[in-house]
Amino acid sequence: MNSEGGVRSFDSFATSLPKGERRNPITHTQAPVTTGTSIIAFEYDGGILMAADMLGSYGSLARYRSVPRLLKVNDKTVIGCMGDYADFQYLQAIIEQMEVDEACKDDGFQTTARSLHSWLTRVLYNKRCKFDPLWTTFVVAGLDQDKPFLGFVDKLGTAYTDPIITTGYASMLATPLIRKAVEDKLKDKNEKLTLAEARKVIEDSLTLMYYRDARASNKYQIAIIPSNGEASIIEEPKTLLGDWSVAHLIK
Amino acid sequence: MFRNQYDSDVTVWSPAGRLHQVEYAVEAVKQGSATVGIKSNTHAVVVALKRASSDLAAHQKKIITVDQHMGVSISGLTADARLMVRWMRTECLNYQYARDSPLPIGRLMNMLGNKMQLSTQRYDRRPYGVGLLVAGYDSKGPHLYQTCPSANYYDCKAMAIGARSQSARTYMEKHLDEFSDSDLNQLVAHALRALRDTLPAEMELTNKNVSIGIVGKDYEFVGYDDETVDPFLNLLDPSERKGRGAPAGPGVDGDDAPPPEDGPGGEAEMEVETSAASLQL
Repeated sequence: MNSEGGVRSFDSFATSLPKGERRNPITHTQAPVTTGTSIIAFEYDGGILMAADMLGSYGSLARYRSVPRLLKVNDKTVIGCMGDYADFQYLQAIIEQMEVDEACKDDGFQTTARSLHSWLTRVLYNKRCKFDPLWTTFVVAGLDQDKPFLGFVDKLGTAYTDPIITTGYASMLATPLIRKAVEDKLKDKNEKLTLAEARKVIEDSLTLMYYRDARASNKYQIAIIPSNGEASIIEEPKTLLGDWSVAHLIK
Repeated sequence: MFRNQYDSDVTVWSPAGRLHQVEYAVEAVKQGSATVGIKSNTHAVVVALKRASSDLAAHQKKIITVDQHMGVSISGLTADARLMVRWMRTECLNYQYARDSPLPIGRLMNMLGNKMQLSTQRYDRRPYGVGLLVAGYDSKGPHLYQTCPSANYYDCKAMAIGARSQSARTYMEKHLDEFSDSDLNQLVAHALRALRDTLPAEMELTNKNVSIGIVGKDYEFVGYDDETVDPFLNLLDPSERKGRGAPAGPGVDGDDAPPPEDGPGGEAEMEVETSAASLQL
């Protein structure tokens, strides 16, 4: 019996199939199909900023040019996803249903970023243990007891928290830029980045990714999770122009 | 063998609209020794009166820790209580593992209520014969819940269940306004005085027959027994610990009287019991 909340069982023996029907072998994801690239997120003075571009790549083909990869879970939690877009949509449906169910309880409790990060870690690790991973990397940003929380978890269930989190190529290209901005401000004025400064840094990082990452695009979204009690928002998509004045030098 | 025509199965209605087997299970709670719970703005406390089955036996454990943020005090069938507490522990652990935060008390009570209801609606099961006082603390503050075999559960400021518990409830109704701003010691003292009021005249509260459970802000649930209850017992003067033997007549302590038989045409008797049952709530 397969009741709600119970363990989902795979169909058992082939002999139990109706006559004449044939079963395909069980297959596992061994490579992602439609993919998104890096996520960039870090703490600023009054909360957390997260950004992702909106390209869904099909291998090296820029197949879908306007897919959102940031998801507002609730007023205090936003997640971003890199990797297989279908797997992201699968988890998105589950997470959104969990939020609806929780809202129906109406008991004043709300999923925190910390608890969603933990839940995602369990789910992703559980799937990889079945040798059938969800081919995704998540960044979870939000507030936990009014303090900023920023967490990373990948398809293997590897998880950590840090004030600066980037995934994919951004962890090689953008992290140094963000760290420098944060550390310089700290050294000079013993202060954290303001929202305006953080926005500048994140836009510079996105521009860098647009130039250097062949799977990145110039259309992007930014999410702001303020720590002053205001609701988090995912801004409308924006487009980077870039500086192509040196383009004519390249043959 | 039967008290009346309509109590042969849990799922059988009486023409008066009652489920007798469920009501008998509620009686099991009233046979257990008394337990009292109170909460303030910062803490939730349960105290219980332990009984020994004979002079040769140790006192039965009444207060059980569920998790770091929750514990229960029981009245009724101990074996049923242990089953429920084992289930509650599992739920707390699973939630902590998946969500990296303690299970909200109200959420667990909702699940427990659903679990208990099942056995009141299936012919092959029986209701749990135990009442719980659940003391817990979560991000919404301290909580005190009462559960019944009928699968009702109540969010309480203060509550007492078990034998002669009406006297404790009378004490708590009188002092209800003082609880919310009490500090921990005042709260425990109130709970002990309420428990004291359930004692017959020849008994007194001692470190042998009293258990205390405390949970609150920056205070993980601890169950106190034996010598460790002494500091709390000392909050009361020795004379205050003595039972005053409040009369246990139907007027004062109606819930301890066995329910009248509900034979055909027992309308008048039924009304008496209905009013006693509403006292219980």
